[in-house]
Amino acid sequence: MGELFSQYNVLGAFGITIVLTVLSALGALVIGTVVAIMRVSPVGFLNKLGALYVNLVRNTPLTLIIVFCNIGFIVNLGMSVSDDFARNNLVWATIGLAFYHAAFVCEALRSGVNTVPAGQAEAARSIGLTFGQSLREVLLPQAFRGAITPLGNTLIALTKNTTVATAIGVAEVAGLMKTMQEDRPDLMVPIFLVVAIGFVILTLPIGLVTTHLSQKLAVKR
Amino acid sequence: MTEARDPAHTPAAREPMVVITGLNKHFGELHVLRDINLTIGKGEVVVVLGPSGSGKSTLCRTINRLEPFETGSITIDGVPLPDEGKSLAQLRADVGMVFQSFNLFAHKTILENITLGPMKVRKKSKAEAEKDAMALLERVGVTAQANKYPAQLSGGQQQRVAIARALAMRPKVMLFDEPTSALDPEMVNEVLEVMTELAQSGMTMIVITHEMGFARRAANRVVFMADGQIVETGTPDTFFSNPTSHRAQDFLGKILSH
Ligand SMILES: Nc1ncnc2c1ncn2[C@@H]1O[C@H](COP(=O)(O)OP(=O)(O)OP(=O)(O)O)[C@@H](O)[C@H]1O
Ligand SMILES: [Mg+2]
Repeated sequence: MGELFSQYNVLGAFGITIVLTVLSALGALVIGTVVAIMRVSPVGFLNKLGALYVNLVRNTPLTLIIVFCNIGFIVNLGMSVSDDFARNNLVWATIGLAFYHAAFVCEALRSGVNTVPAGQAEAARSIGLTFGQSLREVLLPQAFRGAITPLGNTLIALTKNTTVATAIGVAEVAGLMKTMQEDRPDLMVPIFLVVAIGFVILTLPIGLVTTHLSQKLAVKR
Repeated sequence: MTEARDPAHTPAAREPMVVITGLNKHFGELHVLRDINLTIGKGEVVVVLGPSGSGKSTLCRTINRLEPFETGSITIDGVPLPDEGKSLAQLRADVGMVFQSFNLFAHKTILENITLGPMKVRKKSKAEAEKDAMALLERVGVTAQANKYPAQLSGGQQQRVAIARALAMRPKVMLFDEPTSALDPEMVNEVLEVMTELAQSGMTMIVITHEMGFARRAANRVVFMADGQIVETGTPDTFFSNPTSHRAQDFLGKILSH
């Protein structure tokens, strides 16, 4: 197993997986929050637009979205974000992952919004807060706390879904695994173990932390 | 409290604070508010009574437009209710509301519950808002709980904090929708005492309650509603001892026999 680590940049590949995870998680959180706000807003048009987004994106295979990002934007539209080819792919993979998981973040947040009794928003409006202020000060803080567990599940799924970025040539773990398997079929089991254990090390703490946080930050009613 | 029932304090002698004219509202097929006309004077305390489903809560909620209405108009201190938007938010700040289920912000401390509105809507500094909040908590008797969360307080304490939260906006009028009906009996009085004190201080109040003692003690006028209409109004004394309408006689017979 040591051989794998000396011959291949296993840690480097996990590093890219982590970078991909963190960046697209942040993107997904921002986009997902915006879509969730659209879905709870009193404006009918925004409501429908948000619902359309979620249903469209959630039901499209992730590989398709990532490949679309790559081909659609880089090849056809010439929308290159960087001269460096590897970096370009990384950026588009991040964007694809962020937009895809935003749909799940939105739904997690909506389940969080449903944990907030209607009286909370009414009280916020009755002291004169605007819609935006009620969202920021009352609804969203409680919704986030109520959504920690599903948000954690989305983050775990996202971590594992970064492997799809291989499809457009991002040098993350799944890509390295393929290379290693081709070079060293004799080490099939160790390769499998290294990758599997690596992902468990990445995702297990997410579950533990979110379980702890969801209990600690739970809104007492 | 003979003063509250003094003839000089009858509606005619007061400047109007809340004026409701020709108000109609439907929930789908249901005509919940039928041509409501009601003027509430500055400093007047009006108790609204009526059987369940008569539209009391809906009336209360249309006054700060938590519920929209179809026809008619409502003015607060001469200003008509604006449509949804920033000006409506501003006007709501002038109308305090106390709910049956308290509705304190569950993720904020008692102090933060009270300072939120003054800081965000009235643009007060934190220090100033906290100073005012502590004075209000003192007034409603829950200073010791300032840094606790709502769920850590008794129902009576929560409702007193809710009153303080509304008062922190320095409202022109306060609406109460059955403020004591979710409380254990032993906590009803502590809330009614705060409300009575508020009534004596000259606050304009619209109170939906079946607490006869409070109505007799603090109200200038009783408004009796049935089926979305105002059926009868009068001073607490005349209304409770000589109700003229059958609906009111029937209703009083039922609640007084309990
Ligand atoms: N959001 C709503 N949608 C549809 N119907 C409603 C809604 N809110 C209230 N109603 C109906 O309107 C009527 C008046 O309700 P309202 O809550 O104003 O009565 P109330 O006099 O406050 O009664 P209670 O003493 O039970 O609180 C009832 O028949 C009620 O079922
Ligand atoms: Mg009611």
